[in-house]
Amino acid sequence: MSRPRWFAVRQELSPTRRRLLGGVAFLLPLLLWSIVSYVPFIWHPNIKVIEPGEVSWMRPGLQIPRADFAKEVATAQAAGVRPPTGERANPIYLPPPHAVGRALYTAFTTAPVLKGDLWLHESLAMSLKTIFWGFLISSAIGVPLGILCGAFVSASRLSEPFIDFVRYMPAPAFGALMVAVLGIHLEPKVAIIVIGTFFQQVLVVANTVRKVDGGLIEAAQTLGAKRRQLVLRVILPASLPDLYNDLRILLGWAWTYLIVAEVVGVSSGITFFINQQAKYRSFDNVYAAILIIGFIGLATDQILAFIGERLFVWKNPRPSRVRRLITSTVARFLPRAPVEEIAPSA
Amino acid sequence: MSTPDPLPEYLRQSPAVAERFAKLKQRPVVMEIDHLGRQFPGAQGPVTALRDISLKIHRRELVCVIGPSGCGKSTLIRIIAGLDEPTSGRMLVDGKETSGPSPERGMVFQGYTLFPWRTVKQNVMFGLQMAGRPSSEAEADARQWVDLVGLRNFADNYPHQLSGGMKQRVAIARALAPNPRVLLMDEPFGALDAQTRAQMQSHLLEIWRNVDVTILFITHDLDEAILLADRIIVLKANPGEIHEVIEVPVPRPRSLDQLQTPEFQATRRRLDELIHPKLHAPSEHLPITRLTQIGDDVE
Repeated sequence: MSRPRWFAVRQELSPTRRRLLGGVAFLLPLLLWSIVSYVPFIWHPNIKVIEPGEVSWMRPGLQIPRADFAKEVATAQAAGVRPPTGERANPIYLPPPHAVGRALYTAFTTAPVLKGDLWLHESLAMSLKTIFWGFLISSAIGVPLGILCGAFVSASRLSEPFIDFVRYMPAPAFGALMVAVLGIHLEPKVAIIVIGTFFQQVLVVANTVRKVDGGLIEAAQTLGAKRRQLVLRVILPASLPDLYNDLRILLGWAWTYLIVAEVVGVSSGITFFINQQAKYRSFDNVYAAILIIGFIGLATDQILAFIGERLFVWKNPRPSRVRRLITSTVARFLPRAPVEEIAPSA
Repeated sequence: MSTPDPLPEYLRQSPAVAERFAKLKQRPVVMEIDHLGRQFPGAQGPVTALRDISLKIHRRELVCVIGPSGCGKSTLIRIIAGLDEPTSGRMLVDGKETSGPSPERGMVFQGYTLFPWRTVKQNVMFGLQMAGRPSSEAEADARQWVDLVGLRNFADNYPHQLSGGMKQRVAIARALAPNPRVLLMDEPFGALDAQTRAQMQSHLLEIWRNVDVTILFITHDLDEAILLADRIIVLKANPGEIHEVIEVPVPRPRSLDQLQTPEFQATRRRLDELIHPKLHAPSEHLPITRLTQIGDDVE
């Protein structure tokens, strides 16, 4: 018996290997970043001045390209004055991992530079609020409309050509218009997210609904289901798990519109925080804020995926062992549908 | 003894079988297909899938339809179910012309088509709920049907947890629950392995014996047709027409043990002739030449 190979075409990996690779996926970029940050001879294109010597224009902490610094040192030595000293450094826009790691915490505890500006957690709350309303409003109209388009060809022909047309207009292009109509605060930002999400959403939902097995619809018809029942009792439940996944993906989509939405009108939310920090050259905080967006995205997605598995038991013949463990733990607090594993022979 | 019988063997019926057919024909006609035709638009003018199909099926009769692939048997059953429209002719159930699908014509599909989000019991309840029956009543009814197909212990399982044979039993229970006049079955056991198929055939006969339902069954399996049917409708392709109607001389109750009886074999030979007339023609051989060493023959 040979050990299973790491690279076998379309072969499943053992759970241990899967987890290992999942960890490496995060560790590898971190490792790369660490090497570039901590090993001086890899990159470090600048010299950070420690002591300016007798060069009048240099200040401690100033960063200069290495070649320029060397020239200054040579000039100073030739003139017989005290040369500056410095150490190799990466540009200020690439802080080392430990600085960003610290910033993940300190970004929350440092007061805003200007009085009246928002703290990081307030900015985040603002962003989440924008996303929440944008996505909710978009879904409240987009999902039912998409289902109608998927179920009825006439609804699809009536709306989809126009939606296809609008879909190609970049949502930020509506920014100025939305500010004129809705003011400068939360409303135009929500509107941008709605515009960015809605049109895609209708098409994606309609497509998913169209993929419902025609056999199920025919079976329901021979069992006496009429039009309304076909939509509500067959098409809707049949496409629900896929719709749920669509919404998960579209939520990620909404996040990408957040950044452009937040510069519309009065700049706000996490984007404002990032821009402010960049202005003060606190790039560690910028990275921290971007990472936090990533964490929030990943966490919501994982939570939604987990809830999805609970909601659609009938869709998941074999949940993974880890999932089953978590599920059974959580199941104690949730109403549970009776499911047993059965051997396929009877 | 030595007097030559003018009838071919497959038409000879024992007195008991003949009497059964006589009685059957006195039963009321449940379903009548009247000069039914179906054309599809094609690139070179319309293609005739079915032509002039006329058929009367009596109450509690079990009729099988067989034919070569492309003979339109699936089109026929879809038209009967109301899932497709005929281009000519009409269909009557209990003397009334039909239009569109209706629970009076229940259907079992080859692909099971169970609702995956509903448990076995909820699947069976579907037709009852569509008919507006209160759910407690529907549930009690459904439970009976689930018991009847032998799935009592699986009533609360989801379809993905069942084997193919079990799924098809659920589909049968689901189609029977709203009390259809006719049960239409479109190659229902085609996707099952041989063993399960044999089991399902005897299950179906049992169900049919105990339930007041008329069955129209489509298959391409000759043995299956003989084992199940009172009458076998043989279709031919291009265009799909009724080739011959055979009253199966095999006595009831049927079982797989009858496979070797002379009546069974005679019927089978006749069906073979009708369906595969050119099986030994030279065109059935591949234009292949020897690619192995001499002396390394397998036959």
